[in-house]
Amino acid sequence: MNAEVRSIRTAAESALVEAFAAVGPSLPGGADVTERRAAALREIAERGLPTRRVEDWKYFDLRALMREARPLAAPISDAEIEAARALLPLAGFDAARIVFVNGQFCAALSDFDPLPEGASATWLADALGDDGAALLDRGEAPAGNAAVALNAAFVADGIVLRIAPGVAVARPIHVANVQTGAAHAAFGRVAVTAGEGASATIVESHVGSPEGHQTNTHVAVTLADRADVTLVKLQDEGLGTLHLATLTATLGAGAKLSSLALSAGSAAARQQVYLAFRGDRSTAEIRGAGFAGARRLLDTTLVVEHDALGCASREHFKTALDGEARSVFQGKIVVKPGAQKTDGKMMAQALLLSEGAEADAKPELEIFADDVVCGHGATVGALDDELLFYLKSRGIPQKEAEALMVQAFVGEVIETVEHEALRDALTARSERWLIARD
Amino acid sequence: MPAVQETVARVREIDVDQYKYGFVTDIESDRAEKGLSEDTVRFISAKKGEPEWMLEWRLDAYRRWRTMVEPDWARVDYPPIAYDELYYYSAPKSTPGPKTLDEVDPELLRTYEKLGIPLREQEVLAGVEQRRVAVDAVFDSVSVATTFKKELAAAGVIFCPISEAIREHPELVKKYLGSVVPTSDNFFATLNSAVFSDGSFVYVPKGVRCPMELSTYFRINERNTGQFERTLIIADEGSYVSYLEGCTAPMRDENQLHAAVVELVALDDAEIKYSTVQNWYPGDAEGKGGIYNFVTKRGDCRGRNSKISWTQVETGSAITWKYPSCILRGDNSRGEFYSIAISNGRQQVDSGTKMIHLGKNTTSKIISKGISAGRSQNTYRGLVSAHRKATNARNFTNCDSLLIGEQCGAHTVPYLEAKTSTAVFEHEATTSKISDDQKFYCQQRGLSEEEAVALIVNGFVKDVLQQLPMEFAVEAQKLISISLEGSVG
Repeated sequence: MNAEVRSIRTAAESALVEAFAAVGPSLPGGADVTERRAAALREIAERGLPTRRVEDWKYFDLRALMREARPLAAPISDAEIEAARALLPLAGFDAARIVFVNGQFCAALSDFDPLPEGASATWLADALGDDGAALLDRGEAPAGNAAVALNAAFVADGIVLRIAPGVAVARPIHVANVQTGAAHAAFGRVAVTAGEGASATIVESHVGSPEGHQTNTHVAVTLADRADVTLVKLQDEGLGTLHLATLTATLGAGAKLSSLALSAGSAAARQQVYLAFRGDRSTAEIRGAGFAGARRLLDTTLVVEHDALGCASREHFKTALDGEARSVFQGKIVVKPGAQKTDGKMMAQALLLSEGAEADAKPELEIFADDVVCGHGATVGALDDELLFYLKSRGIPQKEAEALMVQAFVGEVIETVEHEALRDALTARSERWLIARD
Repeated sequence: MPAVQETVARVREIDVDQYKYGFVTDIESDRAEKGLSEDTVRFISAKKGEPEWMLEWRLDAYRRWRTMVEPDWARVDYPPIAYDELYYYSAPKSTPGPKTLDEVDPELLRTYEKLGIPLREQEVLAGVEQRRVAVDAVFDSVSVATTFKKELAAAGVIFCPISEAIREHPELVKKYLGSVVPTSDNFFATLNSAVFSDGSFVYVPKGVRCPMELSTYFRINERNTGQFERTLIIADEGSYVSYLEGCTAPMRDENQLHAAVVELVALDDAEIKYSTVQNWYPGDAEGKGGIYNFVTKRGDCRGRNSKISWTQVETGSAITWKYPSCILRGDNSRGEFYSIAISNGRQQVDSGTKMIHLGKNTTSKIISKGISAGRSQNTYRGLVSAHRKATNARNFTNCDSLLIGEQCGAHTVPYLEAKTSTAVFEHEATTSKISDDQKFYCQQRGLSEEEAVALIVNGFVKDVLQQLPMEFAVEAQKLISISLEGSVG
């Protein structure tokens, strides 16, 4: 029944092991980093990629979705840079822009020098030399998570951002990831440390050509006491891409984290969020909006751990699905013993626009303290016929009426973005999907 | 006398362990050798005088069970069970087939008396229209007395021990046994299929509304005896039956395994209402002793417009692992699940339901109220799924948890799987403690803290209590108050 059945290593698993054997020694970092990478890869080699039988991956069978492992991207060529330039998203949005093409820093497309006052950056390769293997820690993510392990094993490029204590960085910092050229695997890592009382807005975007790329990013944020960080993510990968993303966040006392992710692209995408409150009276707002058509798959897996007094968390996720698309929401609020006065609310809503669409939700509460107010809700359903009829009776055609309603549905989440140009760009992206519904 | 005072008085009557029903009845038992083997299965089957096909069915399950691994996904924690150290069959020694109650061992009758079980015909509520309850009492493993047989027979209803049904109605048993919970279903259900000792069998023929509520009281008595009931209820076209199951068990030191299987089949336009009050020994203050309750309950709404409703009040057992489910196969069928799960001391509850929507226009409703106190862990685990062809499936789920005390845990693990866009699922869950405002309000009106808590808790579970048949509801309400004693202040 639950017997551990270890099948023979799949093509993808073998390829990962071979790739690591080939490039492992040349990846940046000292001996401790190499050892950490090897340990991470061993997890994959020994256990294999997770399947439906692993509870955490029940609705996102990574072994089946990743039949083969793409080769690591070759050094980027000029042609690829030009192709990437055409794909760059959020063009009209004013920000310090740091661009990675195929997982490699691209100076030609970047525009961030100097970084806004109070912010400083170190390239991951250098930071691995200075800070060592700790940079590859899994943060608040659970042990043995395959996406996190793969990232730790292979990530070569990325950025470590530090926001000085007490500084409010007004200009957003935009980390853009572009995939272009032949199908490849690209890994990225962004580490953000916000000092005491610091505030900043970090925007992350993912776009790419339609080839079957495999991307894996890990964004690790650490908020010191009273820090205030806003994270906005646009996932608009090419429609052939397998996108694995992890956000880990550790919050000190009185801190505030606000995060929104819009998932518009990729063939299959999994956004993992692991957040922990380590200081009292902090708040976190984690939101997500997504749409998918065809046979695409969007997975959001989230664990919010309350391990301090009086913290509040709000999680709100909305997805609209067309064709035979499928959405997955696995969210869990954990209240540790002693985390009294916790206030947690989680909501997951899915809108099914076609007969073949599927929504799976698993909103969990795990509560070990009594003086708490926690709740979760989940809804799955189609558009309200009566509302549609109302709009049609006012002369609005079916498709447009549907679009209006879907826009209102996901708009509720997107509208929480305070930065106007960014909000408009995300709204425009959702409007575009409503026309194409791909 | 206000309910709470009455409760307090009752608790005082109970000894330190606060378990009213903890006593061992001294009756000689006729039991199988310790351990589980093909011989044990043959012994049980022979004891029951079963036909060859039944023995084969059991042996098949036994062989399958040997290849299975005990599930570990539930949020419960217990030392490994030594399945080969248990006794799998125990029957009270009594003259075979008592004809009247006078022939029943008086010791048995006294046991029931202590439990307050109405074995004889009785008026349930004075002054109210006479309502009657038929009792098929299961004492350990063998049904020892059955009342009301005649009246039920007049209506054509078959209500008898399942061992008797195997002999007398093989065609019905062959057709339905294992058709809802197959022998390969899960570890505990398969174990049950191999060694089930007895249980109830109900068949309500076409168009018959069962003239009374059917009731079975389960007791676990013999030391170290696993009890493996098997219940099968079939409601033929257009029929209705309400079935009550109530459980108590004597106090003991060693954990006792209980792995029952309940199968319900509702054909076209039929309705089955199944109510449970479970109050087995939960173990002492340190969590020692107490029943392991690993139950598989499933109802199959096989026919069009059929309906199955589960109502449960779970206050006992050291460990509860129980997910009464509905397979909504027939078009327009309906499934309901109402549950109150209360855990105190070191109890662990992992319970919930599955609503599997297969037919068109199927609806389901889940109301679950979990209350955890002391050092207990209380988990709701449920699944609502709609398959591609289940157009217009509709579900509403509400699970609320109430926490009393700092050291308990309340968890919610719902799964929602919608494979058709015409499905509408709504799920909501909340977890909170009793608000100080509410308590203050009650205390300000002159209630003690304990009374205030009891009042608020009763309000919290009211939605579910209302679903119970009246005589059960009264009993359940008292049980809830008793279960929470000592958790306040």
